[in-house]
Amino acid sequence: MESPAEIVQHTAGGMIGASWLMIAFPLLGAAILLILGRMTNRWGHLLGVAMSLASFVVAVLTFLEIIGLPAEQRRQAVHLYEFIPGMVDMGLLIDPLSISFALLITGVGSLIHIYSIGYMSHDPERRRFFSYLNLFVAAMLLLVLADNYVGLFIGWEGVGLASYLLIGFWQFKPSAAVAAKKAFIVNRVGDFGLLVGMFIILATFHTLTFSELGKQIAEHPPSGGAVTAIGLLLLLGACGKSAQLPLQSWLLDAMEGPTPVSALIHAATMVTAGVYLVVRSGAFFFPPDSTQAIAVSVVGAATLLAGAIIGCAKDDIKKGLAGSTMSQIGYMMLGAGLGPAGYAFAIGHLITHGFFKADLFLGAGSVMHGMNDEVNMRKYGGLRKHMPITFATFFIGYLAIIGFPLLSGYFTKDGIIETAVHHQPILGWLAVLGAGITGFYMSRMVFMTFFGEKRWEKDAHPHESPAVMTWPLMILSIGALFLGGYLILSNRLYFFLSPAVGTAEATPEFDFASTAGLVTLALVAVGAGFAWVRYGRAEVPAVAPRGSFLTTFARRDLYGDALNESLFMRPGQWLTRFAVYFDNRGIDGLVNGLAAGIGGTSGRLRRIQTGFARSYALSILFGAALLAGALLLVGNI
Amino acid sequence: MSPWLPILMAVPVLGAIVVALLPKGSDKLAKQATLLVSLVVLVLTLVMAVQFKTGGPRFQFQAVYDWIPSFGVKFGVGVDGIALVLIALSAVLVPIVVLASWHDADGTQSADGTLITPKRSVKTYFSLLLVLEAMMIGVFASTDIFLFYVFFEAMLIPMYFMIGSYGGAQRSYAAVKFLLYSLFGGLLMLVAVIALYVVAGKGTFMFPELVGVIQDPATQKWLFAGFFIAFAIKAPLWPVHTWLPDAAAQAPAGAAVLLVGVLDKVGTFGMLRFCLELFPDAAKAFTMPIVVLAVISIIYGAIVAIGQTDMKRLIAYTSISHFGFIVMGVFAMSQVSQSGAALYMVNHGFATGALFLAAGFLIARRGSPHIADYGGVQKVTPLLAGFFLIAGLAGLSLPGLSSFVSEFMVMIGTYTSSAFGSGALAVAAIVSALAVILAAVYILWMVQRTLNGPTAEPVKAFKDLNVREIVVLAPLIALIIGFGFFPKPLLDVINPTVTQTLVNVKVDNPAIAEKGAGQ
Repeated sequence: MESPAEIVQHTAGGMIGASWLMIAFPLLGAAILLILGRMTNRWGHLLGVAMSLASFVVAVLTFLEIIGLPAEQRRQAVHLYEFIPGMVDMGLLIDPLSISFALLITGVGSLIHIYSIGYMSHDPERRRFFSYLNLFVAAMLLLVLADNYVGLFIGWEGVGLASYLLIGFWQFKPSAAVAAKKAFIVNRVGDFGLLVGMFIILATFHTLTFSELGKQIAEHPPSGGAVTAIGLLLLLGACGKSAQLPLQSWLLDAMEGPTPVSALIHAATMVTAGVYLVVRSGAFFFPPDSTQAIAVSVVGAATLLAGAIIGCAKDDIKKGLAGSTMSQIGYMMLGAGLGPAGYAFAIGHLITHGFFKADLFLGAGSVMHGMNDEVNMRKYGGLRKHMPITFATFFIGYLAIIGFPLLSGYFTKDGIIETAVHHQPILGWLAVLGAGITGFYMSRMVFMTFFGEKRWEKDAHPHESPAVMTWPLMILSIGALFLGGYLILSNRLYFFLSPAVGTAEATPEFDFASTAGLVTLALVAVGAGFAWVRYGRAEVPAVAPRGSFLTTFARRDLYGDALNESLFMRPGQWLTRFAVYFDNRGIDGLVNGLAAGIGGTSGRLRRIQTGFARSYALSILFGAALLAGALLLVGNI
Repeated sequence: MSPWLPILMAVPVLGAIVVALLPKGSDKLAKQATLLVSLVVLVLTLVMAVQFKTGGPRFQFQAVYDWIPSFGVKFGVGVDGIALVLIALSAVLVPIVVLASWHDADGTQSADGTLITPKRSVKTYFSLLLVLEAMMIGVFASTDIFLFYVFFEAMLIPMYFMIGSYGGAQRSYAAVKFLLYSLFGGLLMLVAVIALYVVAGKGTFMFPELVGVIQDPATQKWLFAGFFIAFAIKAPLWPVHTWLPDAAAQAPAGAAVLLVGVLDKVGTFGMLRFCLELFPDAAKAFTMPIVVLAVISIIYGAIVAIGQTDMKRLIAYTSISHFGFIVMGVFAMSQVSQSGAALYMVNHGFATGALFLAAGFLIARRGSPHIADYGGVQKVTPLLAGFFLIAGLAGLSLPGLSSFVSEFMVMIGTYTSSAFGSGALAVAAIVSALAVILAAVYILWMVQRTLNGPTAEPVKAFKDLNVREIVVLAPLIALIIGFGFFPKPLLDVINPTVTQTLVNVKVDNPAIAEKGAGQ
C-alpha cells in the first residue's frame, strides 16, 4: 500500500509549463463570443469548436509529455501567479488524475461542440450557446487542474454558473428559468459544505494547496474529528454537484436545457466533479473504514438505487437518462468510498460513462431532432429503421451501460461491484441489484423508442440526423465499445493513476467469473427480459397507465421535491414573510416611534411629512449636539 | 507636506462652485463640467496612488495645517493603505455615477404616468455631487479626529438634499429618516471625540498621537461605545439598519450608489481605524457581542432581502448582509479577516454599484422599482440583462468575481482566527457561510422574475443600453472580474495597514498560512 507520489514543482517549460493554454483557449472563446455578441452570429459556433479542439490538442500533448516521464515524476505543479498573498497562489497540478479528466472533458466536450453545430442550427442564439459551452469547458478544466482548493472552488462555481446559464438557455420558458435557479441553489447547499470544509482544512493544515497538504499529511497523518468533519463536508459538496442523495433533486429538472448540455454537463463531465473531489481529497477519506469513507459509499449505493428506480418510471427519454446518470454516478461514489482499491474502477467508470452516456444523450437528442423535439417515449416506437445510425450507436451505448460482457461498462461497473462486494458486502450486493434494475429500465427505453409499433404524432417525420451529428455519435460509441476493456485489463488505468491516488493493499484483479459478476449478468438478463415482456412484445399504451403506489413513488422522483418543499421551501417562505413583517413593523416601528417621540410629534412621523416636523426634529438634535459638546468642554477644561 | 490630498479635495470643491455659478439653462454644460472635474480627480487619484509605497510609513502624503489652534484642531490629512483604496473607490465611482445620473435630476416618470419633479435644479444636483466627492475624500484622508468628525457630519448635507430633492415619491420621509439616524449617531460620536481629547490631555486630535494613550479600561469602553454606535448606524448594522432601505430606495440610483458604496463604508472604516486602535481593550471586550450582531446582520439581511418586492430595497438589504461580513471580519481580528474586510469595502462598492446602476437603468425604462412589473427582459434587452446578471452574480459573491475573494477571506479569516481562543468565532464563520445559499436565493429569484420568463407587455417596448449606459457599466464589470482573479494589487496595499492595526490592538494573531503555498 503506497501513498500518492510527492508533487514536484515544475520548472522546465514544455507542454506541462504551457498547460494553462488548455483553460485559456476556451476562456478566450467565451470572452470573444460574449463581448462581440451578435457580430459573431455567422462564425461564432466555428470559433467555439476551434477553441475546444485547441484545448483538446493541448491536453493530448500534455498527456504525451506526462507518460514520457518516470512514474514518480508524473505529478507536477505549475505555478501561475500569486492569488491571495499569504494564503494561496494560483497554480495547476498536472498529474495522471487531472490529465485523465482533462482528456475526457476536452475530448468528449469537443465532440459535443461539433454535434451542437447541427443540433442548434435552427436557434437564432446559437453563438450564445457556444459561448456558454466554451465557458463551461474552461471552468471545468480549472476545477480539475487547479493545484489548490480555492482554484478548484472557482472552477466548481464556474461550472455551476455555466450549468445555470445552459439549463436556462431557453429562459423565456418559465420551467427552464425555474430549473436553472433550482440547480444553482441546491448546488449552493453543497458549496456551503465545501466552503466550511476548506475552513477546517486551512485551520488544521495551514494550507489549501495540494502539494503542501500532501507534505503535511505525510509528516503528521491526520486523524480525529477534524478529518471526519472535513470528509463529511466535502461529501456534502460532492452530493450537490454530483446530484447524490440528499441533493439530487435538481438534476431531473436540469433536463430543461438543450440536449447537448444534458450530455456534456449533466452526464459526462460536470456531475462527475463530486467523484473527482472525493478522489482528489483521498487523504481525508482514509482509511477506507473511516466514518467519512463509508458515508461516501453509502451515499453512492443509496443513490444508485434511487436513480435506477426513478429511471424505471420516466416516459420522458431525457429524464430517464437523467435518473440513470444519478444512478451511474452512485456507482462511482460507491467505488470512490472504497479507497485506492476502488479509485481506478470509479475513475474508469467515470471515463467510460462519459462516453456511453454522452452517446446515449446525443442519441436521444438525435431522436428528438427527428421527432419535432418530442421527448415522450410513448410517442416513439419503431424508430430503428428510420434512424439507423442513431439506433446503432444508441444500442451500443445501451449495451455498454447495462454491462453487456466485454463492452466498456462491463469492465468498469463490474470492477466497482466486485470491489464493493469484497470490502462492503451489503453495499456491494445492493449495487448488484441496481445493475439488474439498470438492465430493466435501459431495455425499456430502447424497446419503447426503437422497437414495437409507431406511436408517433401525426406531423412526425422521423429522419436520420446530419453527418455533423452522427459522426460524434459514432466516435463516442467506439469508446463505449472498447475503452473499458483497454483501461481495466492489465490494470492500465490503475497503474497510470497510482502516482496520483496511491495504491491498494493488493493489486486488483479483474475476475471474469466472480460470483457477484455472474449474478449481476443474470439479473441484467432478467431485467432486460422483463422489459421485453412489458415493452417489447406487448403494446405500449400511448397514455401512461396509472400504475401502482410504487410507480407513482418513482414517477414523483421518490418524493424528493415534496420533501424539499415541506422541509425547506415552505418554512423558508414563512420565515421570510415573518422577517419582512418584523423588520417593517417591529424594528422600524420602534425606531419611527422613538424618532417621532424625540421630535415631539407623538408617533405620527410617517404621516406628518410637513416641513415643520422635519425642521423641528432637526433643530432639536442640532441643539442637543451643541449643548452636549459645550457642556463637556466647559466642565472639563 | 504633500499637496496631493488637499488638491484632491480642492478640485471638486472648485468644480462644485463653478457648476453652481453656471447660468440657468446650461444643464448640459453643468453635466459635462461635472464629468470633467470628476475625471480629473480620478486621474489625480491614480497618479497619487501609484506613488504610494507599500513598504513605507503608515501614513503617506501627509499634510497638516493649523485650523483652530486654541483647541489643537488641525487640518491633518494623510492616507494609509485602507484609506487609499477607499479614496480610489470614491474617485472611480463618482465619474461613473455622474454619467449614470445624466437624466436623474431631470425628473422621472413613475409607472402610473405621474411625473416626479425634482425640487431643485439640475446644476445643483451635480454641484452637490462634487461637494460630496470632496467630503468623501476628506473623511477617509483625515488624520485629525475632529476633522474626521466634521466630514462625517458634513457629508450628510449633500446626501440629504440629493435624496430629499431628487428622490422618489417617498423622498422626504426617507431623507429625514436618514438624517435623524445619522445625526443621532454623530451626536454620540461628538461627545466621544471631545471626551477623548479631554481625557487624553495631549491637546491634540491627531490620530497617530492618540493611539495607545487611553489606558483605563472603563474609559475605553465608554469612548468605544460612542464611536461604535455612530459607525454601526452608518454601516449600518442590525438593528439600527432600517434607514438604509428607505434611503436607498428613494434616492436616485446614482446617489444610492454613493450612499451604499462609499458613505456607508465610513462606518466600517471608522470601526477598523478608530474603535480598534484607539480603544483596543474595549474592542476586545466587546468583540463577541459585536460579532453576534454582525452574524445576525448577515443572515437577517439576506432573509429580509429574499422577501422584498422592490428591487432597490432588495439590493439595500443585501448590503446590510454584506456589511455584516465586513464588521465580522474587522472584529475577528486576524490578518486575513481584516484584510478581507477592507477588501470587501472596495469590492462591495463595485458590485453593489453595478447592481444599483443596472437596476436603475431597468427602472428608468419602466418607471417602477417593483419586481412584479417586469419579466422577460432578457429577450428584449439582452445587453442590459447580461450586465444585470453579472452584477447580481457579484452580489452573490460568485467565485471568479471580486466579491468572492473578500467574502472568502473574511469567513476563513474568522474561522481560523486565534484571537479569542474559543470556538465561538469558528461558529460565527460557519453560520455566516449559510449566507452563500441565501444570496443565491435572493439574487437568482430576482433575476428569474425580472429577466426570465415570458416578456411582460410593457417590457416589450424597452430599448437596450445606449452607449452612455454601456460606458457606465462596462468599467465596473471589468473591475469586478479583474480583481476577482487578481486581487493582489489591492491586498498588497491593504495588508501592511492591517498588520499595523493588529500591532496597535495588541492581538497576537499570526497569519494562518505563515508562508503561502507558492515556493
